[in-house]
Amino acid sequence: MSTTHMNTHDAHEAGAHHDEHHDTGGNTVFGFWLYLMTDCLLFASVFATYAVLFMNTAGGVSGKEIFDLELILAGTAALLVSSITFGFAMICAHNKNRSGTLMWLLATFIFGGVFIALEIYEFQHLIHNGNGPQASAFLSAFFSLVGLHGLHVTAGLIWMVILAVEIIVTGLTSRSLTRLSCLSLFWHFLDIIWICVFTVVYLMGAI
Amino acid sequence: MSDHSSEAHSHGSVKSYIIGFIWSVILTGIPFWMVMTEAFDKGPTYITIVVLAVIQIFVHLKYFLHLDFSEQGKLDTYSFIFSAVIIVMVVALSVWIIYASNAMMM
Repeated sequence: MSTTHMNTHDAHEAGAHHDEHHDTGGNTVFGFWLYLMTDCLLFASVFATYAVLFMNTAGGVSGKEIFDLELILAGTAALLVSSITFGFAMICAHNKNRSGTLMWLLATFIFGGVFIALEIYEFQHLIHNGNGPQASAFLSAFFSLVGLHGLHVTAGLIWMVILAVEIIVTGLTSRSLTRLSCLSLFWHFLDIIWICVFTVVYLMGAI
Repeated sequence: MSDHSSEAHSHGSVKSYIIGFIWSVILTGIPFWMVMTEAFDKGPTYITIVVLAVIQIFVHLKYFLHLDFSEQGKLDTYSFIFSAVIIVMVVALSVWIIYASNAMMM
């Protein structure tokens, strides 16, 4: 219990009985967390832009006319399920269960992929009907905000594939565990952003 | 315990993930149901979906991101609170300024 009185840095300096990789990993994960906080600011400014521009439809469609809430609900469910499957992957990884980790990562990848597929379908449908990002300030802000989140999720999926290959090749090393922890933060963080997106953009837009 | 304390981030248990997941399903389902069925007036619907979204964010922070005030976790939590303050300032003040100037132009 004495180690709980130290912060990570102290533990790194003094904890000779600790595996050094663990403490380095802790600092890495904290650094990644700080990056996520700056990513929060990026999203915040795009949200502010959307809040300012969403009424400027230039005589075109408003959110109420183009949002398909059933589609959004399906995407939301997929993303939510992918969050818990990633949680199970992390638990397996901490228990050094390699096949379990890979199986849950695959499940996470599938549900994340479903989310992105639904989003691409929605975008393609909108653009096909002449409601592309160039149609109005509202649609520019909408595509920027939802697209930015979608790009993050896509990056997360690519990262997931790379990590899965790493785990298959090298096994569950402490280094891959650190990387998994970072991706876990990234993935759950994107879910929180999505809560803001579906509440502010879709639900408020459809009321 | 030593395994746990050597980690900067605790990783939760199956139980905590399932509790968080059930809360999230409820907190996502109610707003979608309210908006899709149009069962309530606009005002109460707005307020309810915003409140439920804020509660759901806290549920995710606690059960999925494991933010807490333990020795290892509090640096994460403080950096999050700092970011949250900046975000509220960026978003709320921008919206306030733009809407006020918009009203003055009318």
